[in-house]
Amino acid sequence: MSTFSTNSQSPTPGQTIGPFFGYALPYEGDADLVPPGSAGSIRLHGWVYDGAGNPIPDALLEIWQTDAEGNVPQAEGSLHRDGWTFTGWGRADTDLNGRYTFSTVLPGASAEGTAPFFALTVFARGLLDKLQTRIYLPDHPGNAGDPLLVSLSEDERATLVATADATGLRFDLHLQGDRETTFLTYG
Amino acid sequence: MTAPNRPVETQADLSAEIESIETAADHTTPQPLLDYPPYRSSILRHPTKDPRHADPETIELWAPCFGHTDVDPLEADLTIAGSNEPIGERITVSGRVLDGEGRPVRNQLVEIWQANSAGRYIHKHEQHPAPLDPNFTGVGRCITDAEGRYRFQTIKPGPYPWGNHVNAWRPAHIHFSLFGRAFTQRLITQMYFPSDPLFALDPIYQSITSQKDRDALVATYDHDLSVPGFSMGYEWDIVLTGPSRTWTEPEEGDL
Repeated sequence: MSTFSTNSQSPTPGQTIGPFFGYALPYEGDADLVPPGSAGSIRLHGWVYDGAGNPIPDALLEIWQTDAEGNVPQAEGSLHRDGWTFTGWGRADTDLNGRYTFSTVLPGASAEGTAPFFALTVFARGLLDKLQTRIYLPDHPGNAGDPLLVSLSEDERATLVATADATGLRFDLHLQGDRETTFLTYG
Repeated sequence: MTAPNRPVETQADLSAEIESIETAADHTTPQPLLDYPPYRSSILRHPTKDPRHADPETIELWAPCFGHTDVDPLEADLTIAGSNEPIGERITVSGRVLDGEGRPVRNQLVEIWQANSAGRYIHKHEQHPAPLDPNFTGVGRCITDAEGRYRFQTIKPGPYPWGNHVNAWRPAHIHFSLFGRAFTQRLITQMYFPSDPLFALDPIYQSITSQKDRDALVATYDHDLSVPGFSMGYEWDIVLTGPSRTWTEPEEGDL
């Protein structure tokens, strides 16, 4: 393999998802990586806000995660879920109040001492290209040594760690403003 | 949507803003500017801080799997949703999904959605009083083949008005969603049609400041893809880049 191929091409630019994805991308069971209420299931939920603090009713979020043991799933079946196969991927659109909900399991650490996280992609009308970030688990011992978390200020770090609540985890996204979520680049 | 006492924003106002940003831009990134005020909805929805660098790990080096249990081959034909033929110009849209080194991206989910030939989406918030077509939903899916090729049979979408400013019209486009081999390659974009007179006037298209990169979103009319007596052909390739795990050829499970 050649990392610096002379053959390399520019990436195709992204564009906004627009307001009218609602008939195309959401589907029955899209946000349920596991059946809600099943053994070991948690709810991962929150609100998506704009720079004026108003909830965004036309955002689409996707998560991708390891299973509870820390394995990267490589199973088909995210679009036609059978209720038993864990595929690690889910899609949720925000409702009219700007809220999203996933039913899933806590991701496991891929190795001893590392921090598990949900990888998250965010799309919305008014957002000209996708944004990517991570959702870390509150009080996980691996967080202390996570290279990304330790590279951030306390305020930035706080934007990437979920809060435990009665049903699982809450994680709010702020596209802009005082509590602007820290977004990531992987170059 | 204009507040009282504020001047109504015309296409001339918007075009002047577009031109001024175009002149000042450094044209070095192929991606759209997230902070692009001519697209009014972006003003409160773009991050103000630069993204922080992360080394991709575990889950970010892989992408979710989709396959033949997820997608029926008939989903690639958007013209068979109803009991009759949809109205409009029949088109075939096909191309290859490639990575930054020109290698095919195989067995990948491609999702599309679009307006009908009159420029109307099926969506409850869609206000454009153009007709809905009972035989066209505008939604399709397919999985790329061994050469990374996708192929859809559909209807050419119409341009439609939107509320960004007075007399704002979107160029005809088809929305595309792709995953790639690594989560970091995730892409949602729009494919446009050649020679659209609305390109220069559209803040979403113009949010990409380099002409070469804007051109990369425009399909090519391909007469060899046209089906005699049936449909017109458009070819459009998509390049996904971004870090991916170490390449092996062929990939396990690809054969």
